[in-house]
Amino acid sequence: MKELSYYPGCSLHGTAREYGESIKGVSDLLGIRLHELENWTCCGASSAHCTDEKLALALPALNLAMAERSDRELLVPCVACYHRFKVTEKEVKEHPDLLPSSYRGKVPIRYALDFFSQEEWLAELKAKTVKPLDSLKVVCYYGCLPVRPPKLTSVKAYENPTHMDRLMEALGAQSILWSYKTDCCGASLVVTRTDIVRKLVGRLLAMALEAEADCIVTGCSMCQSNLDTRQDEIKADGGGRYAIPVLYFTELMGLALGHKEVKKWLGRHVTSPFEMLRKKGLL
Amino acid sequence: MNSHQEVALKENSFLSEVLAESGENLQACYQCQKCSAGCPVAEAMDLLPNQVLRHIQYGHREKVLGSKTIWICASCYTCSVRCPNDIDIAKIMDTLRHLALRSGVAPGEKEIPLFHSVFLDEIKRRGRIHEISLLLKFKLKTKAFFKDAGLGWKMFRLGKIHLLPPPFRGGKEVKALFRNTEGPGGTAPR
Repeated sequence: MKELSYYPGCSLHGTAREYGESIKGVSDLLGIRLHELENWTCCGASSAHCTDEKLALALPALNLAMAERSDRELLVPCVACYHRFKVTEKEVKEHPDLLPSSYRGKVPIRYALDFFSQEEWLAELKAKTVKPLDSLKVVCYYGCLPVRPPKLTSVKAYENPTHMDRLMEALGAQSILWSYKTDCCGASLVVTRTDIVRKLVGRLLAMALEAEADCIVTGCSMCQSNLDTRQDEIKADGGGRYAIPVLYFTELMGLALGHKEVKKWLGRHVTSPFEMLRKKGLL
Repeated sequence: MNSHQEVALKENSFLSEVLAESGENLQACYQCQKCSAGCPVAEAMDLLPNQVLRHIQYGHREKVLGSKTIWICASCYTCSVRCPNDIDIAKIMDTLRHLALRSGVAPGEKEIPLFHSVFLDEIKRRGRIHEISLLLKFKLKTKAFFKDAGLGWKMFRLGKIHLLPPPFRGGKEVKALFRNTEGPGGTAPR
């Protein structure tokens, strides 16, 4: 059994609840035990790095110091958290006395998508798939921080990444090539400048439709939320009619592996995926 | 740096400040505009990213710190990875936001820095972000009570919104951390 430390981050306890539930679900099926950091705090996200450099390092360091008390790798599903953790790791490695913290940059920080798309897990997924997603055509939407900047993420093909595509193919799905894999959705501007997010999301949805995808797959809770929840407003703006499900890669892993709670996770989306998945014979 | 650039730097305190705080060599910019061409939010900006760099070189402090651009930037890092001179423009935007908050120059976008300060206040109070509390507090400040109310109700019914914040016992550590970062260098308006 593989043991990992686990930092869910705030959104997985709220709007990205199904991401958290599906990560736990597929980890169970793959024989991975997750140890959630006790008393973890918010990483500070955009608001800390936009306003206060010290806080933007101190909040992640608090959590990384907790993780460093064990020998386990740290699994991080939210890319905003992952990005801030990697920034802090780099700063602390370069300037060990920067922060009044015991954190020394030793704990390996693994973004969930990177972790599950490693060759060993792809082989495991292929072997454990009970319901291959043969009929499903997906576009993989990586977004920004899972790949950029490569000096933090170590993703070599940061303009045209393929690791999520390979993961989808391991589950049997057909991953369609499209040019919008790493375009920004506007992220936290959704609260303050919803107009910008609607425009960016509208273009992503239009391009996914043009690529003839049945759904968009992502590993970022901001991307999922922005793409999933704004489809009706875009229609109201006269920007086209969309009903494209936006799913977490972990939900599709759960579907292929036959997890019994997959319907509960999929039931938490504003743009329901049920009809599409039934048509495809997957539910 | 050549002697010409050194003289320019001595006479330009804004440029020196941005160079020192960001650690980025923005003097290497030769205005190829690749940053602006790939920027997903350029349309909503009042200064394009390449123009921001030029204005910094000219020492136009208020123009840059009072711009919409520095708050509209979504930190997507597209500019940073495409710059042929390896200037981390997204990092410079962070530096500019920090300088803007300390400078007292009125922000070009009012609600974005306000949202950040409400967000940090929530972390200070609760250690974690409880989304509905955060949004209600922000709505109280902006008076936009009905924006996204329908969507909020939908998400509540989907089980995505918890009315009560989760139990958390690390409050002392978080408050101490905020105390340590407040003061010089801790720039957030709290």
